[in-house]
Amino acid sequence: MSYGEHMTEGERAAAGGIDVAYVAHLARLHLTDEELHTFQGQLGDIVDYVRQLGELDLDGIEPTSHAQPVYNVFRPDEVREGLDRDAVMDNAPASRAGQFSVPRIVE
Amino acid sequence: MESISQMTVADALDALEGGACRSEELVDALLRKIDAVDGVLGAYVSVDREGAREAARAADRARAAGDRRPLLGVPIAVKDVLNVRGQPCSCASRILHGYVSPYDATAVARLREAGAVFLGRTNMDEFAMGSTNENSSVGLTRNPWDTDCVPGGSSGGSAAAVAAGEALAALGSDTGGSIRLPASFCGCVGLKPTYGRVSRYGLVAFASSLDQVGPLTRTVRDAALLFACIAGRDPLDATSLDAPVPPACAGLTEDLKGTTLGLPAEYFVDGMDEDVRRSVMQAVACCQDLGAEVREVSLPHTRYAVATYYVIAPAEASANLARFDGVRYGFRAEGAADPIDMYGKTRAAGFGPEVKRRIILGTYVLSSGYYDAYYLSAQKVRTLIRRDFEEVFAECDALLAPACPSAAYRIGERVDDPLRMYLGDICTVTANLAGICGLSVPCGLTGSGLPVGLQILGPALEEPKILRVGHAYERARGPFGPPPALDGIRRKTAQTQ
Amino acid sequence: MNDSDTTTYRATIGLEVHIQLDTASKLFCGCSTSFGAEPNTHVCPVCLGYPGAMPCLNEEAVRLTVRMGMMVGSEISRYSKWDRKSYFYPDMPKNYQISQYDRPLCVGGAVELGEGASARTVRLVRIHLEEDVGKSMHFDTTSGVDFNRAGTPLMEVVTEPDMESPQEAYDFLQALKRIASYAGVSQCNLEEGNLRCDVNCSVRPAGRERLGTKTEIKNMNTFRGVFAALEHEIARQTDVLNSGAEVGQETRRWDPDAGATFPMRTKEEAHDYRYFPEPDLMPVVLAPEQVDAWRATLPEAPDARRRRLESQYGLPAYDAGVLAGERALADYFEAAAQASDNPKAVSNWVMTEVLRTVAESGCAVGELRVTPEALAGLVRLIDGKRINTTTAKEVFAILCAHGGDPAAIVEERGLAQVSDSGAIEALVEQAMAEHPKSVSDFRSGKSAAAKFLVGQVMRLSRGKADPQLVARLLDSKLSGEKEA
Repeated sequence: MSYGEHMTEGERAAAGGIDVAYVAHLARLHLTDEELHTFQGQLGDIVDYVRQLGELDLDGIEPTSHAQPVYNVFRPDEVREGLDRDAVMDNAPASRAGQFSVPRIVE
Repeated sequence: MESISQMTVADALDALEGGACRSEELVDALLRKIDAVDGVLGAYVSVDREGAREAARAADRARAAGDRRPLLGVPIAVKDVLNVRGQPCSCASRILHGYVSPYDATAVARLREAGAVFLGRTNMDEFAMGSTNENSSVGLTRNPWDTDCVPGGSSGGSAAAVAAGEALAALGSDTGGSIRLPASFCGCVGLKPTYGRVSRYGLVAFASSLDQVGPLTRTVRDAALLFACIAGRDPLDATSLDAPVPPACAGLTEDLKGTTLGLPAEYFVDGMDEDVRRSVMQAVACCQDLGAEVREVSLPHTRYAVATYYVIAPAEASANLARFDGVRYGFRAEGAADPIDMYGKTRAAGFGPEVKRRIILGTYVLSSGYYDAYYLSAQKVRTLIRRDFEEVFAECDALLAPACPSAAYRIGERVDDPLRMYLGDICTVTANLAGICGLSVPCGLTGSGLPVGLQILGPALEEPKILRVGHAYERARGPFGPPPALDGIRRKTAQTQ
Repeated sequence: MNDSDTTTYRATIGLEVHIQLDTASKLFCGCSTSFGAEPNTHVCPVCLGYPGAMPCLNEEAVRLTVRMGMMVGSEISRYSKWDRKSYFYPDMPKNYQISQYDRPLCVGGAVELGEGASARTVRLVRIHLEEDVGKSMHFDTTSGVDFNRAGTPLMEVVTEPDMESPQEAYDFLQALKRIASYAGVSQCNLEEGNLRCDVNCSVRPAGRERLGTKTEIKNMNTFRGVFAALEHEIARQTDVLNSGAEVGQETRRWDPDAGATFPMRTKEEAHDYRYFPEPDLMPVVLAPEQVDAWRATLPEAPDARRRRLESQYGLPAYDAGVLAGERALADYFEAAAQASDNPKAVSNWVMTEVLRTVAESGCAVGELRVTPEALAGLVRLIDGKRINTTTAKEVFAILCAHGGDPAAIVEERGLAQVSDSGAIEALVEQAMAEHPKSVSDFRSGKSAAAKFLVGQVMRLSRGKADPQLVARLLDSKLSGEKEA
């Protein structure tokens, strides 16, 4: 996965290492030019700031994925009542024949 | 009206029980207060006048028939981040415009089961992302102590409503300080329970490993009452803990004999507001007078906490907010050529700038080639931060610290400098990262009359310890509030009507 | 340079097979998994990705996945966890899928294909558990999405690229389906989409170690489709290489009408799934005692069963293969064979009449009214010459319709074969007397006339005569009289 194709190495370094346009695309966010410019500056500073985490020696430290070490939280395989379709369709921005309607997906 | 709207929940329950007033009267008084001040304060997104009145009347009838549920008839406000069946839930975001909750969040359901009456939905930073409530798409919320100042965030609406007497209590959520910080800025009590104590089912997720639902109230006893009601394992939330919930006001004492309290050096930062330092240290002295032993401790990894938080929280948020795409609910942008285009346009128009910033930051730190350096590293530093707390809690019952290095900022002061905004969270993010519990109790005013909050941090599952410290201190401190500015606000509103 | 037209190419094929588990409810919520419901009627906040919803792990789905892993010899992970796999698509309720990235439930394993000289092993990389996505339908300018399927538990079986031909891929899929069905982990109903796979395929010049660029064909849901798509794709890639060009790494889809694969537009960029541990779900830690307890409940694997049917019941390989094709069928056969001393005959009946009845009635073999014991009894009656085969089929039909005991049925309806020589002799004489022309035809060399007369005797006896006895007596009368 090459990020370099979107910005030059120097541009990226100057921008704090984050290629905002590319990442916004990953996140399906259309940005205006103005947003792009503002965010590039702000996020560059923030990324610079968080980079200090690299100062620490983290060898042998386990990451914390869950604050409490709990395992095997299950639910039984039982059917429970869900939502009424009318309520679901009421929330849908667009629907047709009980399905959520979106612009045509092209495969 | 004034006396009712400044009532504590405990007092209200006494009054209801003793027949001194009815729930309908409580609701009416609060509605009048809202009318009088909320035009200026903007604490509420929506007020459910008829629903609240009807629920109050039903509660009164139930009480007359012998119902004694723990919160029967008590009017409570709910942060706009929690699903309440039949109500819009917007998280102060345009992207949820039109979404109506088909279900209750578990915390809401438990309050409902306890007989509480829901007054309305309070304003917040969009998707709980912010420390000042300035990131709301609904509008500004002002601090009841100084309307040119922010109420704190992201539960700013809940804090302002409680402080201004627009609700007897409120539910908020805390991911990096979003209950404790606004409680501190607004001069009310805010409790962030241990991670996993209160179900997150129905809480619109910001950062799943950090979020918790908690109460904002006027007294510590009230916070304990609400906490006991909403805490406890929920089969719908796999991260909710099986630990037994201690009875509501267990262990609340008038003194602190036998308690050891730690002062973590790293929370008394260089450049912190002198008034804040003074107020907090006065509170510390008060705790000593009450019999507590106070000692200095160190949480050496605190300086990495903000960086750690601002990697982990946005990362989880970037995934949690991916579902907002215009397909199944909420806002959808027009004129899209295909679904991808629809997503881009919808999310561009639907999210505010802070939300966009955090989504981009979060996506970046999870992306290919960067995960190890950022997200994985942050999760490891998180372990170090947890260990810091475990070590000090081996010798201390609880820790005392400011909730924030400063009191409420002026509106607009930090909006253009996100990093500076983030740095204000230094005292609060650690509790979320470590999963421990934290309480903010008002401890004084700055020279300009803004509240200062004393933060009390306790080990995981040890809410009774911090509630005990908070309660004893609060009793010794004496009355706090109401905000003097409220008179002026009321007059101003009356003039414009 | 070599003449590229004479280069032989070898194909390398790997599969990722998604198998829907046979649970009552979805993987992370209590919505029903039953097929064919009206769109969006088996949904809830969780599987619709509503704000504030949270997943909760279905314990049966874990058990079934581990069971499958044990059937194929995987190592069952003591510690396994859940991860979010992010990508945006309209059929994704959360735009991330909860799956397993680095610590799946099952690691390794293998499926054996063929026998003896043609035996091949297809190694597995892993088996993990994840949630299924919704289903979309396409119209003119819009698409419609139904989330009934979203959240269904899916077992993903990933193979090493050990297959080298469309036939091997096909055989692998059949074998995997058989194993899954034997283990009872899935209904394995392809029409209902219980089994789908992604096919990875590359070609390289024979003799070269390094694999060629692979393409991925996504979401195949029939085995024949996989076979056809692979045939096409291998030929396509071969043509590309022969023309001197390079095969592009891409995702393609199979169009059965066109009989070709086409590049997929929406997958043109490689996905950055941004995997990270799922904060809402706790890891699974399986104690050895638990795994052992589950192992003790495993059924015999299909291959082992096939071999045992051959050796234990003395059946030909073909019979054993058919009978072991489905666990319920093998169970039925064995129950009948245990009650009989003629397993071969039982096998014949199962492979013909029982299977035919299952196909025609749409009834599962375990639901048939004709029980294995009844079938054994029927065979016993035939072997004891109490009834002939024609009558037996009649009795079988009665058993299918009404159940019961074959001996009783024969008794009640007087269907017993007539084996009394005297009685039959009388009928033979009657037939010969009624059809003198046939008699003379036979005597003048038309042996077919004898068959006609046998038929006439059978008719006179209302089908009850022992046909072999009839033939013998008729033959001796015809010959005897001739000699006389």
